[in-house]
Amino acid sequence: MIPSLPRPVWLRSATLIYLIAFLAFLFLPLIVVALFAFNDAPYPAPPWRGFTLDWFIGSATTGRTGLFQDSELLGGIATSCLVAAWVTVLSVLVGTSNAFLLERARFRGKQVISLMMLAPLVIPGVILGISILAFASRLADLADELFSWDLDFLRPGLTLVVLGQFSYLATISTLTIAARLRRFDRTLEEAALNLGASRAAVFGTILLPYLRPALLGSAAISFLMSFADFNTTLMLVGSDSPLTVMMYGRMREGATPVLNAVSLFLMLASALLALALLRGGSKKPA
Amino acid sequence: MTDAAVSQRWRTRLTLWLLLAPALLWLGALILLPHVDLAILSFRARTGPREYAASLAQYRTFFDEPLYWHVFVRTAVMSIIATALTLLVAFPVAWIIAKLARGRASSLLFIVCLIPFWVSETVRTLGWMILLRESGVLPGLLVKLGLTSVPVELLYHDATLLVGLVYTSLLFMVVPLISSLESLDNALIEAAYDLGANGFAVLRTIVIPHAAPGITAGCIVVFMLTLGNYLTPTLLGGKNSQWFTEQIYTQFITRFNWEQGAAFGFLLLGLSTAIVVLGLRLSGQRFAEVMRST
Repeated sequence: MIPSLPRPVWLRSATLIYLIAFLAFLFLPLIVVALFAFNDAPYPAPPWRGFTLDWFIGSATTGRTGLFQDSELLGGIATSCLVAAWVTVLSVLVGTSNAFLLERARFRGKQVISLMMLAPLVIPGVILGISILAFASRLADLADELFSWDLDFLRPGLTLVVLGQFSYLATISTLTIAARLRRFDRTLEEAALNLGASRAAVFGTILLPYLRPALLGSAAISFLMSFADFNTTLMLVGSDSPLTVMMYGRMREGATPVLNAVSLFLMLASALLALALLRGGSKKPA
Repeated sequence: MTDAAVSQRWRTRLTLWLLLAPALLWLGALILLPHVDLAILSFRARTGPREYAASLAQYRTFFDEPLYWHVFVRTAVMSIIATALTLLVAFPVAWIIAKLARGRASSLLFIVCLIPFWVSETVRTLGWMILLRESGVLPGLLVKLGLTSVPVELLYHDATLLVGLVYTSLLFMVVPLISSLESLDNALIEAAYDLGANGFAVLRTIVIPHAAPGITAGCIVVFMLTLGNYLTPTLLGGKNSQWFTEQIYTQFITRFNWEQGAAFGFLLLGLSTAIVVLGLRLSGQRFAEVMRST
């Protein structure tokens, strides 16, 4: 019930208990991951055997390979960053172009296009992955057969991973940027044009600054979701694994707390990014 | 027509095509054509080395082999249960954020709810594994409390799987619920209360009808994500918990039987689309509206 109505004591306490339980449910998994990165034991499990930084700085000589010595994991982080950077650039560029297409252009078939743009959100990631995998392989086979071209980028690998993640993240950035563009006051643009500004000047000095929060927001979301993507990536990955796929492989085998260390690193990185985004958002309110 | 008008028309044309090109390239090359190709793949069978013929064999295998459709049905049922549970868990917290907490407390609580979802699913699943496995935190705690004499394995049960699925889906339910509850006028609830309605009646006749768009949007997104999940079922559900996405992966990657995998992919896509359409029909909403509200 709402605050303006009388709420019996049992209801108030039930609400409080529920809230505490909910927050515990939400944060318990993250807390144990962080905590066991510092446990002085070969496996991320209780009991607590004392504090150690081995899982961060340990090297092969101590028998415990820490995160900063684990070249495989560090390589995975680098691969994920590379993929995420490409996906971010692609999806923000295409998202911006799509936003103008949806909000400003008039053409036949616009309804169909705008509906199709939503489709990637309702296609499971695994299926996006296999369809792109199958299609790219067919193209590569065709090129090989007809022209004996060896189009390696169409075989499972990072190019396909980038394209696969982009295929649905483009929808999210399109929706974010289009939503902001829709609220733009067009009289500002007309005023600038009347005062003699060129189209390019209007775009650079009025539209881009106005769209900035949406552009930054969709860039951050694209980067994070690309970094975290698993389903689509798993289907398209070649020999270089991004971090999530690598972690998954190790989790199945039963991993050392070095995975906790890398997870803690991920948590801190995404928390920083989120904080920066919230800060940036509150400085210039929409 | 003057020269200026002609050049103006050409400029509009050119701009339109420049804007249209990336969209068409994206939708055509990454969404439409791959799915057409997948459909073709699923409707053919190998008749010899590098020889294929149109056939329904892949779909027939699905119905003939009990394992496959059992897993399919199981995935669907578990996804429905997980969606319902997510709604039950998420609704009170959405209510608290939208109606009970005020000002800063409300936005703070909302941000706190978002935090876990900024971290990848892999990390969250690792947390559940550390908590629940036989040598993990919770079984140890249960022994200490004297509830069990030896540590019990809490992983690899259907219930565990549901916990994991609900956990990963929460955010996608909470956000649309909050936005639909926030627009509900408190005066309506007060009026109903003054007229003698109890809490349950208010919920049934006022809150739920008003929040229906948010509930539908949340349920559709959660169902879809659960159906297509791979990580949580394979890691928390263990070996005897088959999930349909695992079958697709096995056919495609392990066995390299792409025709069969494509057919499985289409069956999953069909199920997911059917549920989306059904959900929209039941609540009488349009796809575009629902997607915008999430």
